[in-house]
Formats: sequence, C-alpha cells, structure tokens
Amino acid sequence: MTLNRRDFIKATGAAAAFGMLHGCAGGGQGSGHVVVIGGGFGGGTAAKYIRMWSNGGINVTLVEPNPAFVSCPVSNLVLSGDKTMADITTGYDGLRKHGVTVIQDTAVAVDPVKRTVTLAKNGSLSYDRLIVSPGIDFMWETVPGLTPALADSKILHAWKAGPQTVALRKQLEDMPDGGVYALCVPKSPYRCPPGPYERASMVAAYFKAKKPKSKVLILDANEDVQSKKGLFMKAWKDLYSGILEYRPNHAISALDANAMTVKFEFSDAVKANVLNIVPGHGAGNIARAAGLVTANNRWCEVDWRTMESIAQKNIHVLGDATLSAPAMPKSGQMTTQHAKLAAGAIVALMSGQEAPDPMVIANTCYSFVSSNSTVHVASVHTYDAKEKTFKVVPGSGGLSSAANEQEAKYAMAWAKNVWADALL
Amino acid sequence: MKYRKLALAASLLGFAATALADDVLNRNMASACASCHGTNGHSVGGMDPLAGMPKDEMIRKMKDFRTDAKPATLMHQLAKGYTDQQVEMIANYYAAQK
Repeated sequence: MTLNRRDFIKATGAAAAFGMLHGCAGGGQGSGHVVVIGGGFGGGTAAKYIRMWSNGGINVTLVEPNPAFVSCPVSNLVLSGDKTMADITTGYDGLRKHGVTVIQDTAVAVDPVKRTVTLAKNGSLSYDRLIVSPGIDFMWETVPGLTPALADSKILHAWKAGPQTVALRKQLEDMPDGGVYALCVPKSPYRCPPGPYERASMVAAYFKAKKPKSKVLILDANEDVQSKKGLFMKAWKDLYSGILEYRPNHAISALDANAMTVKFEFSDAVKANVLNIVPGHGAGNIARAAGLVTANNRWCEVDWRTMESIAQKNIHVLGDATLSAPAMPKSGQMTTQHAKLAAGAIVALMSGQEAPDPMVIANTCYSFVSSNSTVHVASVHTYDAKEKTFKVVPGSGGLSSAANEQEAKYAMAWAKNVWADALL
Repeated sequence: MKYRKLALAASLLGFAATALADDVLNRNMASACASCHGTNGHSVGGMDPLAGMPKDEMIRKMKDFRTDAKPATLMHQLAKGYTDQQVEMIANYYAAQK
C-alpha cells in the first residue's frame, strides 16, 4: 500500500482543522499581529523569538522611544571609565533583519477592549496580542524634595542607562579629589539587586586610581546588602578600605538639593559632592496606564505559564515590571527568560494551540568589583503547577567562591551574547 | 482501501504531530541557554557554542557538572537545576542545530 500525495493532504487538512499541525502557509507558524512596547532585554528578545519561532508567520511591531538600546548591565563600567557608551549600545537594525517593524515612539495609552495602542506621535496600532515590557519608572514620592526635573539635571539616578550614565560620569570626573560620592539605595524590591553595590565598587575603583582622597558612601534604605553580601563585603575590605563605607537602614526622609544634603529617618544627614539617588520604583508608566498594575500599586501580576496579565486578556507583561515570583530577581537576564516563555506561549496560542508547558528558566548575574574582577549569583527556576508560580530548584544555583578574573571575562562574554540574543 | 490509506496517513501524522510538539518543547527548554551560549547555540564569542554538540557529549558534560566532576565557575550550579529528562531535551535540540 502506498500513500499518494492527495491522501496525505486530505489527512493533513483534517488535522490542521483540529489545530494539530503547524500552519504551513509561507512556511510560517501562526498568524496575526503582535505589538511589543519596549525595546530592552524583554521586548527585543520577545520580538525576535516570535519572528523566529513563527517562521515569520506572525507580524511583530516594536515601539521604543530610544533610537538604540543602551544596556544597564556593564553601564557601571562606563561610570568607572573602563568602558564607553558605544561599548554598551546596540541598534535595532538586527531586529529589522528578523522582520520586526521598529517604530521610534512612545506608547501613551492602551485600549484592551479595542486592542489598540496609542502612540505619542504616530497615531495608533491594532494588535491581536500585546507585550508590555516597559521596565521601571520612579515613585518620586519616595524621596521628598526630589522632582523629575532635578533628577534629570543635578541629583541623578542613572538607573536607566543612557544620557544619565554619561551625566553621572561627568559629575564624577568633575568632582575634586577629596570629595564625597553618595549612592542612595531604595528599599527592595528594585531593579538589579546587586547593581548598587557594583556601582559603588566601580566608583571606588575609579577614585582609588585617580582621586585617592575621595570617598564612596553607600546609604542603603535596606537593613543589609541585598545581594552577594559576603562577596561585596570582602571586596570592599580587600580593595577599598578607607575609600568605601557601607551604611544600612538609611531610608531618606528629605533631600535639600541646594545644600546637597540628604536627611534620613534614623541617622545623621549626609552632605555629598555627588548625590546619586535611586528613588523607589514600580512598573513602567504605560503598564499603569494599561491597567496592568495589580500588586502593591507597583507591579504587574502575570500567569507564569504565558506571562499574560491577570488583569487584561491578550496582554503579556515581561521583566522588571512584573511582581516577581519568590526569589526571582529583577534582572536583564531574567527578563530574557520571561520573553522566551511569552514567545513560546504566544506562537502556540496564535496557531490555535494551547500554551506549552513552561520551560525551566535560569538567572546568571555577574557584578564587577573592580575593572578585572567579578562575582556571580546564579539560580534555576521551575514552574510549580500546584502553586502556579516559579520556584527555585532546591540545590541549584549559588555564588562565586570569591571575586576572580576569569569570571570578569565571562561577564563580558555574557553581555555580548545576551545583547546579540536579544537584538541581533 | 482508501480509508485504510487515510488512516495510515493520519496515524503517521499523529506521530509527526507528537514529534513536532516534542520539538517545540525541546526548543523552548533549550532557549534558556541561549542568553549566554548564543541564539540556537551560536555563541558570538567567549562562551562555548552548543550548536551541533553531539547529544551524548552534552549529556555527559551536564552530568559531570552536576556531580562536580568537571570544574566550573557557574555551570555546576546551573546543571543541578535540571533533571535528566530536561537535559536530554536540551541535548536533542542542540545536536540538531547546524
């Protein structure tokens, strides 16, 4: 018995009708239009992977206000003078090569019923599914006395890499030797748990080399170092004794920008030459405008199988904007994993299939403690169907045993590979 | 006769659909590795490429990482988060990448 082509087509036709097969038109899988808000680690990865995994079957439009992606990871090495802005910048032409339509604009509103996104300049876009990967925006009320205008000119956060990174580097360069740089860390949860401690280390490295009479003060609203504590404390003792000082329990009560002085609830006020205040933050503003913020008036809760919002159908939220699962850090790496969970689910759903079982996801995070020495933290997370959340796999993950030069090379290799995986 | 042919085609297709579903799950599982090791295992440098790595080699390496038989800075910690079956899914995917 032989099968002729017609028999096979009859059978495949029936199967396709039941959604058993991948759609074959043009070799693509799935159809429809996905709009992605935000061209960072999450939005870039999701846009690329949906194009790749649908074999070009699903149209993807990405909306991003900036002309190029500037990476927060490695940006502390721009502050120290070890890297340039060009080193941490990647354009969007790579995504265009995958067939993503990239629009440089700001999403200002979402209508979840009509399924449209309103842009600041270019009208509106219709979507079948929307991905919101907006990163974070600041809660200015967490720092009385700080305004967005002030934070853009004098009291920088530099917690979104870009012009602020350049401006903070300039403030550090302009600071006289013998000056004080103070970094105010917000209460957890915030974007990149070890980020403040890496930044303080790298500014201390710069001072040690170029301005040895200067001081770095970490004024932490938390009661302790939030990530890689032992490793950072050892590096500070070994490398920056007399330069860097860590002070816990420093929740800001008021800022006097004219006097360059910060006041605290429980401690003495601090005057500094360079004040780097990172305000508390929550999901990016567009998430709030779209009605996606459901937790503590700050974060977006999602169905972890698909990354779909629990509040709005057909809208998926990625990255720092989400209410993190237990022990899940707000990191660029983790955001790429969210993006792949969402891409796999969206391609299946837009092909008339059910979302697949969630993959295992992993976080790897390197922090520099000096120009050529790095520490890491890693974790593996698996979906718990009963509790409907991701949990760390017992026995997995861990820290570097000590700061080391080999991992400084891996840290840069990680950065180059993750930038390429997200955007090229 | 015609129905038997159709039934055979449908059953072949059933296998094909299952294989396809497995491929998708393998692909998704393997994609977590790509952040460091490159899209589809094509590292852009500084990390070992995984594309085209023979299945047995991947399984052996992951086992060695898990038992600390193979020294590592970080992979021993990640390997301990995966079951044998999950490692096999990843190994299947990368072995098939050119």
